[in-house]
Amino acid sequence: MKQTRRNFLKMAGAAAAAAAVAPASKALASYLPHYIHVEPNHDALQAKRWGMVIDTRKFHGHEDFKPLIEACHKYHNVPDISGKKEIKWLWTDHFHAVFPSAGTHMEYLSHDVEEREYLLMCNQCKNPPCVRVCPTKATYQREDGIVIMDMHRCIGCRFCMAACPYGSRSFNFQDPRPFIAEQNTKYPTRMKGVVEKCNFCAERLAEGLMPACVEASNGKLVFGDLEDPDSDVRHALAENFTIRRKPELGTGPSVFYII
Amino acid sequence: MLEKALHGNKAYWTWIAFLLLLMGIGAAFYVNQFNKGLVVTDMSRDVSWGFYIAQLTYLVGVAASGVMLVMPYYLHHYKKFGNMVIFGEFMAIGAIVMCLLFVVVDLGQPLRMLNLVLHPTPNSVLFWDACVLNGYMFLNLVIGWTTLEAEKKGIPYPKWVMPLVYLSVPFAFSIHTVTAFLYAGIPGRHYWLTTIMAARFLASAFCSGPAILLLLMLIVEKVSKFKFGEEAIQNLSRIITYAMCINVFFFGLELFTGFYSGIPGHQHSIQYLFVGLEGHTELVGAFWAAAVMAFLSIALLVPPKLRKIRPVLIFALIILVAATWIDKGMGLVVAGFVPNMFEGVTPYMPTASELLISLGIYALGAFIVTVLWKIGVTIKREAPAH
Amino acid sequence: MHDGGKILAGLIVFLGLMTFPFWYNVGSAAYKSPELQLPPKSKATKCVESAEWMKGEHMQLLDHWRDYVVRDGNRVYTSREYGSHFEMSLQKTCMECHETKEKFCDRCHNAAAVDPYCWDCHIAPKEGK
Repeated sequence: MKQTRRNFLKMAGAAAAAAAVAPASKALASYLPHYIHVEPNHDALQAKRWGMVIDTRKFHGHEDFKPLIEACHKYHNVPDISGKKEIKWLWTDHFHAVFPSAGTHMEYLSHDVEEREYLLMCNQCKNPPCVRVCPTKATYQREDGIVIMDMHRCIGCRFCMAACPYGSRSFNFQDPRPFIAEQNTKYPTRMKGVVEKCNFCAERLAEGLMPACVEASNGKLVFGDLEDPDSDVRHALAENFTIRRKPELGTGPSVFYII
Repeated sequence: MLEKALHGNKAYWTWIAFLLLLMGIGAAFYVNQFNKGLVVTDMSRDVSWGFYIAQLTYLVGVAASGVMLVMPYYLHHYKKFGNMVIFGEFMAIGAIVMCLLFVVVDLGQPLRMLNLVLHPTPNSVLFWDACVLNGYMFLNLVIGWTTLEAEKKGIPYPKWVMPLVYLSVPFAFSIHTVTAFLYAGIPGRHYWLTTIMAARFLASAFCSGPAILLLLMLIVEKVSKFKFGEEAIQNLSRIITYAMCINVFFFGLELFTGFYSGIPGHQHSIQYLFVGLEGHTELVGAFWAAAVMAFLSIALLVPPKLRKIRPVLIFALIILVAATWIDKGMGLVVAGFVPNMFEGVTPYMPTASELLISLGIYALGAFIVTVLWKIGVTIKREAPAH
Repeated sequence: MHDGGKILAGLIVFLGLMTFPFWYNVGSAAYKSPELQLPPKSKATKCVESAEWMKGEHMQLLDHWRDYVVRDGNRVYTSREYGSHFEMSLQKTCMECHETKEKFCDRCHNAAAVDPYCWDCHIAPKEGK
């Protein structure tokens, strides 16, 4: 009895393997290259490394920041949730919170610097820890330097949130749609369970437009290619002393602040 | 051999029914969490990992501890551990299953879990964690089941088990090192950014895991009259004692670096745990209790005369497990997040939903260990003497 | 045979369960392909690819599109059938012409009992035109 049962199982296994050959090879064939014609938008803006310079001296009071934050959050359908489970792509805070290396542990800050508010967003690091830790490459770095989220792939493990030294990332603890006042139909929302953050308006750059916050800032924000010596950002950096957030961590942020 | 788990006395079946009840409650609460999202937890934008990942971290240590029995028995032929090894391996299986489940319930999009396999990312520590956790579980399953079957038949286990046993030793060390790397490689959080993280994890694992194992074995001795061997128990207690001393010593090293160097980032989390930060003292009571219990357990375990007294040993092991659970679970994970990235403090306390789901998972782990251990005890009792 | 009564009873229950769809639906109408509201002729007369091809392949197409757009940064698609260019976007291209999720997408999806999660994020056009 034992012997024939063993043989039966061996034959059944071989038969199953044989039956699987046809569908398996068809599935594998989809990995072979075949005709798919796609290309980038002709209007798309290109860069080797997108960067931003924020002139913090040009912002006087919270009212100056509101149009930028509203432009960003409205365009991207960012929900308005209050409390510690909030979602924000662009927001403000004070010096000691934004620049702990320079601020918290600095005594006798100048009045002006201490009272000013500073704009925070994802720093689109050159050496991003969040990309290093993402187990599915749902967050990854594009060739133009933008650290982008693939919402289709994110499993919501939140390792990237632990890894980000700047607290730039937000998680959808619940369905965000009830918290979106007015939906922008040109851009999707997110669903519960995925992480989101500022993406340097990659979709607007693809259409030849400046990021929403830059456009709304009327010159207070300068945006361009950090690796193009002739760009506006490089001029701004050459002419002003700038600092970045937590530079000692080696992340290489692409957002610079003129204090 | 599974049929061995279907025969038991009234106490056994009551215990099984109790575990099934807890699992059902946990499952119901998880369905609620699955539908509503992780909003039912107390996690936040700043504290993005909480109780679930804390349990994962602790249980990986418990799972790795099986190696403390495997090494002496298989590598150094310490025969006295002969009756214990299989139970260590089976406990490791239960612990790993719980680890994996704690990850699943923590995911925002659990249905996309297979993206880990479809899009492997070797630069991500979490990817390797998934690999080694699953690998270690299968190793223990195969080794444990095969050796137990051999014992049941009264024959020596097949030769191909030995390479797997050799493999399981570095695997045990690796599962815990990789889990430690989840924390030790993160640039912004100074409480975690320490070279000694993996070593601390291993030391904590090698005292807490065997402690839980020993406590469970003493319970089994009581309810089933099965004997593991007095010398084996004493030797295991010795291993636990050494590991706990190293564990507490390593924590002391962290305290020194933080407070002697004076660097604020290295101090904030420890301050939060011991005295509170900016008025937030949620974990202070628990952490002092953990500190007292840790030292008390060492004081009771180090003197051999005390260690040999059964009630003292049991008490010492219980407080050791409690102390390590507080330190490595909530203490490590939550204190890394609470002093947030903006020099502020965002507190965290698990909700009832989180606790009940976690309890359900613990019940499932206990269920697996109960079933496997029942099989183990029955087989060993019935096995032909050799 | 031993326990013959129990085995036969079990077999009958099993067969009953397995043939449930057939005998439960005896007498009801045959399956009809759902009626779809197509885009107005003024908007478009043909889709990105041919309707027949789309019926079978739109799932794969959208699955590839989302990777091309998000991961590769390519947003323009050239139709294999017609050679025309389209922006690869569910909200901005597909629904621009098709206009309604309930009277188009949902009709077949409901009949086939599939529940694609695209709409959890992608905003469906407002109904009621």
